[in-house]
Amino acid sequence: MLYREAGDFKTSYAADNQTFPIRFDRYGYYLVLAFAFLVMPMVISDYWANSIVIPFLIYAIAALGLNILIGYCGQLSLGTGAFMAVGAYACYKLMVAMPGLNIVFVVVLAGLVTAAVGTLFGLPSLRIKGFYLAVATLAAQFFLIWLFTRTPWFFNYSSTGMISAPTRTLFGYPVTGPSASAVSVYLVCLSFLVVMAWLARNLTRGTIGRKWMAIRDMDIAAEIIGVNPMRAKLSAFAVSSFLIGVSGALFFAVYLGAAEAGEAFGIDKSFLVLFMVIVGGLGSILGAFLGAAFLIVGPVLLKMLLVNQFDWSSDLAAHLEVMIIGALILAFLIIEPHGLAALWRTIKEKLRLWPFPH
Amino acid sequence: MLDTQDDGYMTADGRKIGGVAMEMRNITLRFGGVVAIKDISFDIRWGEVRAIIGPNGAGKSSMLNVISGFYHPQEGEVIYKGYKRPRMRPYEVARMGIARTFQNIALFEGMSVLDNIMTGRLNHMSSGFLSQAMWWGKAAREEEENREKVEKIIDFLEIQHIRKTPVARLPYGLKKRVELARALAAEPAILLLDEPMAGMNVEEKEDMCRFVLDVNDEFGTTIVLIEHDMGVVMDLSDRVVVMDYGKKIGDGTPDEVRNDEEVIKAYLGVAHD
Repeated sequence: MLYREAGDFKTSYAADNQTFPIRFDRYGYYLVLAFAFLVMPMVISDYWANSIVIPFLIYAIAALGLNILIGYCGQLSLGTGAFMAVGAYACYKLMVAMPGLNIVFVVVLAGLVTAAVGTLFGLPSLRIKGFYLAVATLAAQFFLIWLFTRTPWFFNYSSTGMISAPTRTLFGYPVTGPSASAVSVYLVCLSFLVVMAWLARNLTRGTIGRKWMAIRDMDIAAEIIGVNPMRAKLSAFAVSSFLIGVSGALFFAVYLGAAEAGEAFGIDKSFLVLFMVIVGGLGSILGAFLGAAFLIVGPVLLKMLLVNQFDWSSDLAAHLEVMIIGALILAFLIIEPHGLAALWRTIKEKLRLWPFPH
Repeated sequence: MLDTQDDGYMTADGRKIGGVAMEMRNITLRFGGVVAIKDISFDIRWGEVRAIIGPNGAGKSSMLNVISGFYHPQEGEVIYKGYKRPRMRPYEVARMGIARTFQNIALFEGMSVLDNIMTGRLNHMSSGFLSQAMWWGKAAREEEENREKVEKIIDFLEIQHIRKTPVARLPYGLKKRVELARALAAEPAILLLDEPMAGMNVEEKEDMCRFVLDVNDEFGTTIVLIEHDMGVVMDLSDRVVVMDYGKKIGDGTPDEVRNDEEVIKAYLGVAHD
């Protein structure tokens, strides 16, 4: 057996606490990283990059962000689309106002602006919980999109009402604008995703993460133990909005190139990311990846299968694709309500004993 | 029995009890028209096991909630370490060294036993946001130091085997023990236990009694305890407050309380012989 959990003893608490305690998992992780950074750029085609891999990477960042808020801190939010829009518009304004600023800093700054806005709209969470909070964040969704479409200052008075990303380079290669190559865009998004996932993992395994989870599981007990509920909730809103803002900035600047708030960041975006988090698994970093993969890669693969393999007409395939994905979501949620990450855990637990029942 | 000349007294089994840690002065707590606690005063001394007993609805849990800052009494004051305590939020009270467990367990069900107990150490951890985000420097160091402290408590309460189990999967008795561990992890000066033995079988009760006495003995923790099992109360506690309908009807050593006529009448029932 190659994959084994037994016999991998730890002699320090640091070793016991690491992200991948099992040696095989750790090597697998390094292998995936090496493959993504070294092999993928060589082999990836423009079609694959633009229709599957890059959206997956960007949505995975957004799903990580929303998972921190809903999965780790238990605060329901339907404002994801609007917060992505804040990231996108902040990115646009910064790019135009400071042409000399490196695109990496622009994206991070856009994330910070979104964190501030997200914290502001997180204030109702101090008073209301659950579905009522979801409705309050829905207000953020509609208000912000209205603001971005109605205030010409945000799109620099352009006649179309759209924002479009000027060309910016990184290490001499253009990464935004029409001349950016798919490979450089892919590498930028991948690097952001790896760093964001690393930050999210670190935050969720330490003191801050435990404060969030304590608030999620039982806010009264958390407060009695010494968690300041206001700071815990608002920090979750800030971190979550930061990640969502970064993903929004990338979505606009390096992926779409041009966007209009109502179209690109409407309520359907909020729901899409929410479904990723729920299908992938609440309160799990792996879940954010699985959810994003399922809802982004799934439909495209399905379409390719139907159109290329079975020679169906593409509009028939488009309809069927929606139905099949919907049915699959239902099936997965019935088999394991806690998402794909929990399903993976259960499979591992079952396999540990297989073929014996006990 | 009480040796009041000194700041403290000696117990029957020879433990030295210190001066007054906390004093409740004329506490009155109302919910609308309902008076939950009516003009109650008593003190808690360093190092003692202080029990609060009384029939259902007597106001015992409300009293504990007042101490832990969850309810704010309309009248009266709480004197802690010699100073009048201002109106505080529960997390501020926690930072002053007061930890508690709940009558119906309030653990974080989605977290592992280890994480639950680590949460108890929150007030001893101070690494900044950036340090934690990068898992570098203070955050990583602090995590290890506190893990070591938590492991000692895990050893002490004999729950090594369930360290990484999600709390939701544990049976009731173990959950109670994990909750005690979480409260202990805070290294409190005063530990409030709200019915720690409720719903346990005899063996689990005996284990829990042993743990409570050991905590008091080894860490010198002052313990305030609400309990219904009279045998447990009489064996464990140094002094007992008896409440009935929100009023204090007795206060003293277990023997004194047991022989107090009003207590017998109101709580233990009228003697027949």
